[in-house]
Amino acid sequence: MSEPYLIGESMTGGYGNGPDILHDCTVSVEPGEIAVIVGPNGAGKSTAMKAIFGMLSLGEGKVKLDGEDISKLTPQDRVLKGMGFVPQNQNIFTSMTVQENLEMGAFIRTDDFSVTMEQVFNLFPVLLEKRNQSAGELSGGQRQQVAVGRALMTKPSVLMLDEPTAGVSPIVMDELFDRIIDVAKSGISILMVEQNARQALEIAHKGFVLVQGRNAFSGSGKDLLADKEVRKSFLGG
Amino acid sequence: MEFLHAVIVLSNFVIIPAITYGSQLALGALGVTLVYGILRFSNFAHGDTMAFGTMVAILFTWWFQSIGVSIAPLPTALLALPIAIVLTALLLLGTDRVVLRFYRKQKSAPVILLIVSLGIMFVYNGLVRFIIGVGDQRFSDGSRFIISARDFKKLTGLDEGLAIKTTQVITVITAVMVVALLFWFLNRTRTGKSMRAFSDNEDLALLSGINPERVVLYTWLIVAALATIAGTLYGLDKSFKPFVYFQLLLPIFAAAIVGGLGNPLGAIAGGFLIAFSEVFITYAWKKVLTYTLPEQFAPSGLMQLLATEYKFAVSFAILLVVLLFKPTGLFKGKSL
Repeated sequence: MSEPYLIGESMTGGYGNGPDILHDCTVSVEPGEIAVIVGPNGAGKSTAMKAIFGMLSLGEGKVKLDGEDISKLTPQDRVLKGMGFVPQNQNIFTSMTVQENLEMGAFIRTDDFSVTMEQVFNLFPVLLEKRNQSAGELSGGQRQQVAVGRALMTKPSVLMLDEPTAGVSPIVMDELFDRIIDVAKSGISILMVEQNARQALEIAHKGFVLVQGRNAFSGSGKDLLADKEVRKSFLGG
Repeated sequence: MEFLHAVIVLSNFVIIPAITYGSQLALGALGVTLVYGILRFSNFAHGDTMAFGTMVAILFTWWFQSIGVSIAPLPTALLALPIAIVLTALLLLGTDRVVLRFYRKQKSAPVILLIVSLGIMFVYNGLVRFIIGVGDQRFSDGSRFIISARDFKKLTGLDEGLAIKTTQVITVITAVMVVALLFWFLNRTRTGKSMRAFSDNEDLALLSGINPERVVLYTWLIVAALATIAGTLYGLDKSFKPFVYFQLLLPIFAAAIVGGLGNPLGAIAGGFLIAFSEVFITYAWKKVLTYTLPEQFAPSGLMQLLATEYKFAVSFAILLVVLLFKPTGLFKGKSL
């Protein structure tokens, strides 16, 4: 089997000069697939995501995108390489309109991005309706749509979502997951961290269960859901 | 008739001067608020940046006058303004390069940058005094009045005169144009939007590929223009004295904070609020009250709430009240 499209390989590291949070942790995703990182609180899920995006320095291990080693690149350079990142908090420009948020997402593009904006509006029709409204006035679910839309504006090949459903109602969560599936179907790889492990694994092609910064289990979403050990420890039976 | 006289006196001594002063404060406060919103520190050097810009404008005005260049009836200083803006921009960019960039790279706390700006203030302060001296400079030329009090009386046959100075009209027109241009830039252009995005959420702006050094560059260019224009307009309207410009820092900061730091619209509203309060409270209301009140209530005193020497107390008082009860300012701004 060839190498995965995006892989964070045997990553070990932590923030600044602090203790290591990740220990030999490996996370990967294939084109058009959804990979989910789940695990208990403090397992290093978000940290693993940030490590792949270059927001902390790795002591060991490397990050490869499409076969190319990008371990030394800054987050900004990784955006240019086709990675989109939606942080968990403060992931929109609250004082700017929805449309301006999308324009800022496309800041690095010098070509005409109106087609991409069209696509984002097709994916999230509510954003079209509220395009001239200040993003800070939107509901939690709508804000997440703006955040994902902003990241999609660069036409990324990989979209990384840090807990996209944090703080939204179950109905909105289902809808967001549906949209994320739509994004994946358009050929974009999705790597996301999720608290709602069961629902996330249901839509995932691949799942990684992290415990204390190490890979505890990994496999297809279905396999993990069926795994007795995983169910008992992380999914509440 | 009595009432009309009261209105004319009020316009002449309160409303028109306050609008002029308010425009000058608004332009100054816009500069402070932009630095606070985008570079994230209170720039105490702003008053002396205004002094430096005005000084350059004065020097070039004198030079133009000596070689006989003039745009009468407009003041020659308007011709010198673009040159002054360019030189002030160079000074600010140089300062940023030599001093501020170091602290930005260290990700210093805003309070450290505030102290650094205090140091920059002293340097600019000395620079200006060294070059042009500490004295009072008048550099307004061209026609002095659009309409003088005497002409107004003759024209209308009224007992009270209404004088409109050329510099007052120029101040208001320039301020409106500058503010319109600034808002167009911030709301309509890609660079302007990237500055707002950077101010709103720095991390996300970086993730979106916005180059912070470019944002900083544009911020200083705009601040240089705003400071030089505000300072020159103030100097044309009154006179130029380095110490007065240093003192202007207080009403300017009060304006920016009252409006809500980081909010350009708030800076403008704050500028006018401070200017009107200052003029209202330090104005001797005797004449207006004599005209409006029945004869037996006519005041015998000056009816001045506060001597003009204490005008800064007004800014202080307003600042205090706002910080106590609405720390984010009247408009939505960042809290200190």
